Amino acid sequence: MGVNGGPVDLPDPRVGALSRVAPKPVRYVLNWGRRYSLWVFNFGLACCAIEFISTSMSRHDFIRFGVIPFAPGPRQADLMVVSGTVSDKMAPAVRRLYEQMPDPKYVISFGACSNSGGPYWDSYCVTNGVDQIVPVDVYVPGCPPRPEALLHGIVRLQEKIAGESLGERYAPVPPAAALASPLRPAPERP
Amino acid sequence: MDISERTVGVGAGAAQTGDAVSAKDMATEDMVLNIGPQHPSTHGVLRLRLRLDGEQIVSAEPIVGYMHRGAEKLFEVRDYRQIVVLANRHDWLSAFANELGVVLAVERMLGMEVPERATWARTLLAELNRVLNHLMFLGSYPLEMGAITPIFYAFTEREYLQAVMEEVSGGRMHYMFNRVGGLKEELPAGWTGRARATVAEVRHGMVRVEEIIHGNEIFRARTRGVGVLTREQILQYGVSGPIARASGVDFDLRRDEPYLAYGELGDVLRVVTRTEGDCHARFSCLLDQVAVSLNLADACLDRLEALPPGPINQRLPKVLKAPEGHVYQWTENPLGLNGYFLVSRGEKTPWRMKLRSASFNNVQVLKELLPGNLVADMIAILGSMFFVVGDIDK
Repeated sequence: MGVNGGPVDLPDPRVGALSRVAPKPVRYVLNWGRRYSLWVFNFGLACCAIEFISTSMSRHDFIRFGVIPFAPGPRQADLMVVSGTVSDKMAPAVRRLYEQMPDPKYVISFGACSNSGGPYWDSYCVTNGVDQIVPVDVYVPGCPPRPEALLHGIVRLQEKIAGESLGERYAPVPPAAALASPLRPAPERP
Repeated sequence: MDISERTVGVGAGAAQTGDAVSAKDMATEDMVLNIGPQHPSTHGVLRLRLRLDGEQIVSAEPIVGYMHRGAEKLFEVRDYRQIVVLANRHDWLSAFANELGVVLAVERMLGMEVPERATWARTLLAELNRVLNHLMFLGSYPLEMGAITPIFYAFTEREYLQAVMEEVSGGRMHYMFNRVGGLKEELPAGWTGRARATVAEVRHGMVRVEEIIHGNEIFRARTRGVGVLTREQILQYGVSGPIARASGVDFDLRRDEPYLAYGELGDVLRVVTRTEGDCHARFSCLLDQVAVSLNLADACLDRLEALPPGPINQRLPKVLKAPEGHVYQWTENPLGLNGYFLVSRGEKTPWRMKLRSASFNNVQVLKELLPGNLVADMIAILGSMFFVVGDIDK
């Protein structure tokens, strides 16, 4: 309740407000902590989900890279692996689950279908690439990619996390109006 | 503001309290529980709408289509070589068996003879693929019931088999090894020996899976007598495969309408059946089928080694056209009957290719099977229906 009993406008929650001014060693330690404790949420949709499971099993075992596949749901996860074809019917659910994840969050698009539609590129009901609905950090090509390819994708993501600054990643986006010049009135006709 | 109070279900304990307001007198209303489309089990994106009275399921409705990729329509714009790419992806756990159905249908249309070596190699690879498929479910089903270990064993065996399949075809899951008129290329030198060693390895490994879970007391308690399918329901809904055989429907295309080399494997091929029709019967059907498939694979390897060298495929024309007409080809896929109805108008693409997939029929019966069960048993039943979502939605 505000002073007058009305609702109060709270500022949008932002991640890493101090991260931009944090000293480099602190940033390094924070990034180091985040990169090796990626709680992963497997969005298993199709064939690629089986290869994702293979990667988590004893032969390939991505837990040794600090990827933890025990997130009970999107709300407890840092990383979403979209593995499989995103159909138009499924796309809203993918978007919704992505929005449920807390910041900072990352997405790996695993396999040809979620990269671009893959062999179903000309289907009437397949979303051509999950990057149309959620931002993707790393793309892993293949149909389905080998488990080694997912491991490589994870390592690339970890490199990305190591080198990033959360302050910059979540810097407020300037409003669109600030980038565009105001509409000019149409020239008067005689 | 409009505030209303609703009582959604009363726990079983309420009936025992003996209060003036007993559970019987309380007006309750059913709760609608939505399972899926995304859930943390290995089912993929099947969605179930359950109506619950307390913990008991009143009605269940499977809502399909979240994985619909329109493969049947895409078949119409792919030529007979390209179709195989899409055909092996609808049931991603039995890719080899899927592509087999397509090429058998086209070969029947063309009246094409397939070299003997190709037939035996196809039979062998189809059986290895069946083992791969069953291992997935033998691992994931206990996982859903809370037993984590078996899936690690199952995937260990899967990796051995996938290495063998990869050596021959280059793919771990989607082999793309079938061609109209045979196989893509000759088996690598010395491969049969390595395949034989792997079959022995897997047979040995299956003992571990069986010992750790099949006789387990908790596992039995959760699956015995749960989700019993009757013979009538099987026939009404067109349920097929190991699920049907677990209810005593003794039907297996490999024996009843032999294709490939199954006609000559009659003494090795044992059709595994059970009569109970519950979750445990379905699981043990799968387990026994792995043993049968491994025996079949050994028999095929014996035969392949004895065969004289010869071609493994046919030379195809540059443009492959099936003559005008239609054909229905069904095969015994790991999960049940898989049929392709191919209609051709003499062009290089089919005019229509209808796909009858096993899981679609197998999942329909959930509507009849789930009501009356508890929510906890739903997990056991759902897992024991052994479906692949892509096979439902195509």
